[in-house]
Amino acid sequence: MIDTVIRPRLSAMEAAWVIARRDFVAVLFSRAFLFFLLGPLFPVIVGGLAGSIGGEVQREAVSYEVGVAMSAEDTARMVAAGERLAPQLPFALPRLTPVPQAAADPVFDARAFMEARQGNYAAILTGTPQFPKLVGTEGQIARWQGPVGLIAGHTLAAEPAAFPAVSADLVATSAADERTTRIQTAQIAQMLLFLLTMLLAGMVLSNLVEEKANKIIEILAAAIPMDAVFLGKLFAMLAVSFVGIAVWGTAGFVLFGGAGEVITRVTGFDIANLPAPAVGWPLFVLLGILYFAMAYLLLGALFLTIGSMASSVREVQTLSMPVTMLQLMVFFLAAYTINQPGSGMEMAAIAFPLSSPFAMLARAAMEPQLWTHALALGWQALAVVGIVKAGSLLFRKRVMKSGGAGREKRAKGLRTPA
Amino acid sequence: MDMAVSDHMAAGNDRPDIQGARFSAVPADGRPLAIEARGLVKSFDGTRAVDGVDISVPEGAIYGILGPNGAGKTTTLRMLLGIIDPDAGVRRVFGHDRPHDIGRLIGYLPEERGLYPSMKCIEAIAFMGALRGLPLKEGRKRAVALLERHGLAHAADRQIRQLSKGMAQTVQLLGTLVHEPRLVVLDEPFSGLDAINQGKLEMMIRALADDGVTVIFSTHVIHHAERLCEGVAIIAGGKVPYAGSVEAARDRIPAQVRLETRAREGAWLAALPPETRRNGDFFHFPLPESGIEPLLKGLIEGEAGILSLSIERAGLHDAFVAIAGEAAARQLAADSEETGA
Repeated sequence: MIDTVIRPRLSAMEAAWVIARRDFVAVLFSRAFLFFLLGPLFPVIVGGLAGSIGGEVQREAVSYEVGVAMSAEDTARMVAAGERLAPQLPFALPRLTPVPQAAADPVFDARAFMEARQGNYAAILTGTPQFPKLVGTEGQIARWQGPVGLIAGHTLAAEPAAFPAVSADLVATSAADERTTRIQTAQIAQMLLFLLTMLLAGMVLSNLVEEKANKIIEILAAAIPMDAVFLGKLFAMLAVSFVGIAVWGTAGFVLFGGAGEVITRVTGFDIANLPAPAVGWPLFVLLGILYFAMAYLLLGALFLTIGSMASSVREVQTLSMPVTMLQLMVFFLAAYTINQPGSGMEMAAIAFPLSSPFAMLARAAMEPQLWTHALALGWQALAVVGIVKAGSLLFRKRVMKSGGAGREKRAKGLRTPA
Repeated sequence: MDMAVSDHMAAGNDRPDIQGARFSAVPADGRPLAIEARGLVKSFDGTRAVDGVDISVPEGAIYGILGPNGAGKTTTLRMLLGIIDPDAGVRRVFGHDRPHDIGRLIGYLPEERGLYPSMKCIEAIAFMGALRGLPLKEGRKRAVALLERHGLAHAADRQIRQLSKGMAQTVQLLGTLVHEPRLVVLDEPFSGLDAINQGKLEMMIRALADDGVTVIFSTHVIHHAERLCEGVAIIAGGKVPYAGSVEAARDRIPAQVRLETRAREGAWLAALPPETRRNGDFFHFPLPESGIEPLLKGLIEGEAGILSLSIERAGLHDAFVAIAGEAAARQLAADSEETGA
């Protein structure tokens, strides 16, 4: 009667696999899945609206800092003139800052400095107040040439009648310019990540309702640990999400292949010219997939826990609104920190597990370091395990009405040897 | 009293242990215990649902947990299976205090039947096996065989939602057994079944026990327990006032004498014991310790005119009344009528 070849129990991962396989097949082969695939129409509209907000953030993210690499005396005079004028022309004038490297180096090469992408200056001002010279990218020079001439004029006379012409020295790129353009990539990636998680993670909310309504939960709870049930359900929905993303991605690729020019003309946005992320495109895409998985598992684990407390579909529907708000808050936190690299706020967004994938994906677009991603992914995986454990424990306590005596005894070492 | 090694009476019952019974850590017949529970306590929202339950079930036994609805049967089973943890007490299944560690050896049919409505029968059975570690492919193969054996081969590819209630229950039971467990736990398995299916289920339970499988089931129908079980735990109000063999439970009540006489009055009435109850033309009383001969002599000499006299061994129902009390017995009867079981 007993098959001794089969082990007496499934491991947690094997048990999770049994659940995941069932859920994945059940969802994929349901009629509702077709409607699910049509879902992105809505976020595309929302995305378009949200894009304008993103543009606003990007405009604010433009660097106002122009480094001054003149003689010490001229530098001080230029900075002082800039400060005098600033209250009258807020946002119109650059903030002039002495370049410390220039002060320490008598043969300071501003062009080489910019090309080495050092500092975070929009441009570097060299020469003298009479003959100022801006070193920077074309866009930055076009923006700051006039205001710098104005400051130079005020440096020479309190009420100048003539303003020195500012000559230009163009460089292909600079750290500030790259940062400014990469913000666009970071924003688009973050927005995409947000839309996908918003679209897909919400499904998890109602995932245990079927089991509870059909009393299947008793059979599952008797056979395997509850955290394996949670984990299995999460991974099943993640796999379903990847199927959806693959379908949508293919559709999008085909659409751009056929009507890319029209789309670019209509939207005024050419995706082919999107600035390359700091870590490079292949790694960025890989990190995007990993951070999506993490964002999905983190939010999904939380939603699964919240949903498991609901006793009916109606309750789940009631919960969906605050849950969407939570997603939005997490997204806004990460989006807000895009133009504040290294700030306490960005660190908080990275440390807080739910916003961490969003903040780190933006970081991948802006900063080339890789070790931070390994650390963040590890931390996020740990948080997923933590939320799943806590969620399943809560479910056992609140829904299954299980006490904790067994665990307490085990913790005290009173476990009976098998 | 060492509850671990004794056929026990629960706390609060001062009757001595029943000597020679089979329910002990080392039962008289040498069988090891499939289930051992001592002092299980479980409260919900401040209400004690199970209060110090002790049960010992030897391997290969058919064991019943008998009690009215709300007595704590399901909670006890859920604790034994590890679905919920007890607030206090110890449970061991095949020597393990974490039933999930030996999930492969256990099959469980909950009271509230549950299956995924969109699943095909064959897949539902295989899935339940997979939960217990049976490879899906093997599960499907066994599911086909089981469905054929139980006359449901035609429904193998039907979705659960397309089945009748009885068929769905059978499918779930097959799912409980597909991985060939050594312990089968059935919570109110007879409820909702018609007489024919109840009979089939009884046969299945006996067949399992014949194969050496331990079967433990809860019921509020005494007849099922009496017909099937070699051991029972009587549970009422969360307590188990008796756990032991059915025979021993019945032996606790003296045999009952049923007497019918022609005479209504007379000196012979003095021969009847004081506990005698009259019910129409019949007198009921426990068999006197002195035996039947002195009683017969008194009746004959007193010219009772005996029409019939029978000595009946007490049934499990009488034992239940004596152990759990009249109120619990009344509720048990009401529950049975309500469910039609």
